Amino acid sequence: MADGAVAHAHDHHHADLQHHFDTLEQQHEAATLGMWLFLVTEVLFFGGLFLAYMLYRVWYPEAWAAGSLELDITLGTINTAVLIGSSLTMALAVRAAQTGMQKATINWVLATMVLGLTFLVIKYFEYAEKVEHAHVPGWLGGGFDPSLPRPVELYFSLYFVMTGLHATHMVIGFGILSVIAWMAYKGRFTREWNTPVEISGLYWHFVDIVWIFLFPLLYLVDRAHGAGM
Amino acid sequence: MREALRQGPAERDKPVMDSTIASPQVTYLNHEHTLASWLLTKDHKRIGLLYMGVVTFAFFLGGIFATLIRMELATPAGDLVSADTYNKMFTMHGVAMVFFVLIPAVPAILGNFILPLMLGAKDVAFPKLNLLSWYIFVIGFLFTVYAMVTGGVDTGWTFYTPYSSQASNTNVMATGLGVFITGFASILTGLNFMVTIHRMRAPGLTWFRLPLFVWAVYATSLVQILGTPVIAITVLALAIERFLGFPIFDPANGGDPVLFQHMFWFYSHPAVYIMILPPMGAISEVIAAFSRKSIFGYSFVAFSSLAIAVFGFLVWAHHMFISGISVYAALVFSFLTYAVAIPSAVKTFNWAATMYKGAIWLKAPMIWAIAFLGLFLVGGLTGLFTASLGVDVHLHDTYFVVAHFHFIMVGGAIMGYFAGLHYWWPKITGRMYSDIWAKVAAVIVFVGFNLTFGPQFILGYLGMPRRYHVYPEEFQVLNVLSSAGASILALGYILIAIYLVASIIRGEAAGNNPWHATGLEWTTQSPPLPHNFAEQPVVTEEAYAYEKREVTVG
Repeated sequence: MADGAVAHAHDHHHADLQHHFDTLEQQHEAATLGMWLFLVTEVLFFGGLFLAYMLYRVWYPEAWAAGSLELDITLGTINTAVLIGSSLTMALAVRAAQTGMQKATINWVLATMVLGLTFLVIKYFEYAEKVEHAHVPGWLGGGFDPSLPRPVELYFSLYFVMTGLHATHMVIGFGILSVIAWMAYKGRFTREWNTPVEISGLYWHFVDIVWIFLFPLLYLVDRAHGAGM
Repeated sequence: MREALRQGPAERDKPVMDSTIASPQVTYLNHEHTLASWLLTKDHKRIGLLYMGVVTFAFFLGGIFATLIRMELATPAGDLVSADTYNKMFTMHGVAMVFFVLIPAVPAILGNFILPLMLGAKDVAFPKLNLLSWYIFVIGFLFTVYAMVTGGVDTGWTFYTPYSSQASNTNVMATGLGVFITGFASILTGLNFMVTIHRMRAPGLTWFRLPLFVWAVYATSLVQILGTPVIAITVLALAIERFLGFPIFDPANGGDPVLFQHMFWFYSHPAVYIMILPPMGAISEVIAAFSRKSIFGYSFVAFSSLAIAVFGFLVWAHHMFISGISVYAALVFSFLTYAVAIPSAVKTFNWAATMYKGAIWLKAPMIWAIAFLGLFLVGGLTGLFTASLGVDVHLHDTYFVVAHFHFIMVGGAIMGYFAGLHYWWPKITGRMYSDIWAKVAAVIVFVGFNLTFGPQFILGYLGMPRRYHVYPEEFQVLNVLSSAGASILALGYILIAIYLVASIIRGEAAGNNPWHATGLEWTTQSPPLPHNFAEQPVVTEEAYAYEKREVTVG
């Protein structure tokens, strides 16, 4: 293993260098490229739903406006602010990890988790309100409000699938950040090796960006007219 | 120890060894023996073999369903199985073959095994993820097998709504979940390979020195990464509609079943290129090695893979010409479908030009490759019939289409898989199979295949629709021919299994490079070391520098 010996000479104290990589840099590049490619698949994954949304919105603009007016814009706006805030704390966590500030890394990751949790709690109350008003399609909520036009049920199908899938990603992100916080607490991240914080950050920002699209598409349809109604 | 071997008569049976390796030979196969060392392995080579096990099982499973289909169709009356059972048979044949054989066969088996070796790497970029992909694949497969043994599914592998979401009372959910889960194995494998090709190449291995198999796998990974998530979300939406009653494609609530078809084919047409591109890569390797020539037009073949991957995303609606899509859309999709034939034709012409004036060595892998060329040509050209708008109205949903895609999928992808398998088998196992039997099997499969699917072109042209278990008596002669061909085909496949297993037990040692081929995978021992190479390989020449090495072969 001549190359292994050379690699060890350069990166002597790196227990985190896996055997099949030559350098930490190569390992880091592979990991970040992998995460970017994964996010590309995520774009396509959500993309199918955005396509369905686009088609049906063009077909049923009135139903889309009516459905959108049933959503709680105050909670939606607060959640948007919470998520953008969590992207800031996540970026600060990555920065702290890259500059070798362990304590700050832990704190910023925890702050991100708190904001993520806040988002999910608010989302829970929004969903609960939907169940109360019979806005859940299918048989799950005990039947959809018959007073609304039929395609509104289509709108709410997409609302629940899109926000539900987004919330699922938030839960997964919360789990990932728990591991990151624990690793940071154990002092695993150094100036030389902090790849997991960075790629978790990429994932978190992506989930945030999905919401940046979902919020106007779902909450702000025809809001200008609706406000006067 | 080595001195003793040199003098002993056993030396003849030992593979040629790298001078730095002490015997007895340590290989990826024998350095660990426990079951856990297989089921928890992070070695890409062992993971390739794990895939081979599951895929081979799925192949025989799908084969059993195909056998039942052909037995039913031997007579015009529906006398073997009921219409419902027949629907389940062709559905489960399609599901098993598409998702668990054709898609993983070359990338997950041969790609896993050969790709890191070709790159001069110790492993893929993410070995743990690679193992996880296999487990995801197996879990998806188990869901599907569960669906099959607990009553089956009858929607066709295409799961068209609203039949699949509302009418069918079979195991749509379990099958759909199986497809959904397996999709992630495919995505993660593609992602892993793409990062591996970007970041794990040996010193000196520039992009234009890469073997064409690597280019093909790269293009395939692109399709897997971009296409598979769309089928995942489509099947998920179908599951939500079926299970929770959310109207997503339901026309009663204003939903659009044709949207399902669009989303389904947005993946499932490019999926055809997931199936055919890697075998094309294997064919490039085999044709160059057994023509003893550098591939004709290397960069054209390389870029045609990427062109197929990219253009393949723009043709999906040619499956929907009679689904009520706009005539202008149909016109554009028809045109683009013709366009995607160009890079495939580039490859075919370049393979033929590579063989031209080559020193052709007719060993078994080359026979399989030549069979591929002929069948792929027929499959590709008949695709153009169905791509043309007027003709497709006549041919749509007839046996012509069945014959066309089997020529691509079996005549192309499976023949290409076997060409690659025969080519790399000595590397994988360190053993040579019987060349004669392998050639006999190739001829049997070729004859059986043509007899099975050739008559189906005529049946389709005469108007026999697909997916029915009864047919008018005038179609019986051609159907009997087809069923007879299927039994010959089955015989050929069983023969392959027999001589390959026999080669493991009593095959001659292969040596490092039995084909005198170029490529880094042939520079290490057979079977390879646990970490592939004794020393980091360095590449100093382009792929297929056969002109530089003169060898005399029998």
